[in-house]
This record gives sequence, structure tokens and C-alpha cells, in this order.
Amino acid sequence: MYNHMVVGLENEKTTDLLFHALSDSTRRDIIVRAMVDDYSVSGLADFYAMSFAAVQKHVAVLERAGLITKHRRGREQLVRSNKDTIRTAYGLLEDMEKLWRERIDRMGEILAEPEQGEDK
Amino acid sequence: MTVKSVQKDTEQMILTLTAEFDATANRVWQLWSDPRQLERWWGPPGYPATFVDHDFTSGGNVTYYMTSPEGEKYHGWWRISDVNPPGQLEFVDGFGDGDGNPNPDMPTTATSVSIEEIDGATRMTLRTKFPSEEAMQQLVKMGMEEGLTLAVGQIEEILSEDVSSGIGA
Repeated sequence: MYNHMVVGLENEKTTDLLFHALSDSTRRDIIVRAMVDDYSVSGLADFYAMSFAAVQKHVAVLERAGLITKHRRGREQLVRSNKDTIRTAYGLLEDMEKLWRERIDRMGEILAEPEQGEDK
Repeated sequence: MTVKSVQKDTEQMILTLTAEFDATANRVWQLWSDPRQLERWWGPPGYPATFVDHDFTSGGNVTYYMTSPEGEKYHGWWRISDVNPPGQLEFVDGFGDGDGNPNPDMPTTATSVSIEEIDGATRMTLRTKFPSEEAMQQLVKMGMEEGLTLAVGQIEEILSEDVSSGIGA
């Protein structure tokens, strides 16, 4: 594992998809709704002033990014948020924080060394 | 603690860290402007960084690679957008391909660093923004104005209260 370098390396492929998916307010709204309940696409479409096809497109973007999964109940396809992926998305900032905290610690260690005499 | 404060803006994917060092602003600036010092702290332990180009001018390029314990090289680059010693540095950074050229498929982050002396110490404020998509901030803003969105904060709340149990419908 690349430990802290995951920010740039391990998640490189999914990161752009994730952020693209999360960049739209309707899609974020769908994620939150599908976290607390299962919805069919037409059930979701009732919430928004847009066509069924448009909602379906948003759902497809979310599915490609791994933010939601679809599963079948009877003849209906239900949408459910994938919490692991959502955690990953929000975990990126935390990875970044960890990375920079460690860098700053190392900077502090270098600054604490005795001067090399090259300047003041 | 060197790090004084951390803010995470999950709407706009911005991380802001403030650190204070017991050193002059010029000394803190050297950690960035001297590639030999920079490579001592940039890479995580076990992944030492080697800076190849280090053109600290506006529009200048910085290139480096980190070497894994197995000897694999991971290339990275910065493009300096603003530099004003010893107080201000802005750059976009990303990962490179095997030859060290920027890899357009990889996410980039934009970072600004400000360094200022305050009461005998030096404060460094670091602001890092994901991702490469310029449009994201715009979209978020539009979504807010339309009032369509549930706050991303609510997502976090749900995630934090539901780590192990399946959520009941």
C-alpha cells in the first residue's frame, strides 16, 4: 500500500469520477435520499422538476462513480447509496489533511535543527 | 503542536491548515524554495522525493519523483501560478506518467501557501483545493442558489452515525 499517497495514487482513477458525480446538486440530493431509503428512478424523479430521462442520467453518473448501486425488488429496480464510496470521497480531504500534517511535522523538524551557517 | 488549525470545506473540497513555526519567514520560505530542503519533507517516510526541475517563477515548472521502497518511481509536477518570496506561493500539482509528463487523467490540486511573521513566530497558511474540474465550484454554487440541494454536511452526519449498522428504511 502507498499509505498516505493514496490521495494521488490509489484512488486516481475514481477520484475524478467521484468529484464529477458529487459536483451536481441534484445528484447530491439523490445520494442523500437514497441513503435513508430505497427509491426507484421514477420515485426519485417525483422530487425534481426535470424529466425522468434527466433523472435517469444523473442516476447513471452516480452508478458509474460507484456512489449508488441498483438492485432489484420484484419488477422494480431500486437505487441505494453506496456508503463506502461516499466515505471514500469525504475521506480524501482527511487523507490530504494527514499528508499535510505529516509534512508540516517534518518541516518543523528541519527548522528545529541547528543552523547550517549558510544564512540567518 | 505546529499545526494550529484545520478546516475542511467538503462542499468545495478545500482543506485549510494553519501552522506556526519558531523561525523567520525567510527560513520557512527556504523549505519551499530550496529543492534540497523541499525534498526532505515533501515525500512520506519511505518515499523520498527527488526534485528535478525547480523553476520558482510565475508559470515555472517543478518536477519531482518519489521512489518507493521497492524502487518504483512516482512522478509528480507543479505549475507555479504565483510566487512572491517569502510570503506567497501558489501552484497546481498533479501526478505524472512514467516519463514525468503531466498525466491528464489524474486529479490535480491547487495549493496556495502564505507565510507571515506574527509575534516572533511565523505563520504558514496552506489552502489546498480538489479537484481538477474547474466547473465544480460553479456547479456547487448554482446548486445552492437553486435551493435544490441537501447540505453535504447532512451526508457527513448520516455517515458518522451509521458506521456499522445498516440504516433502516
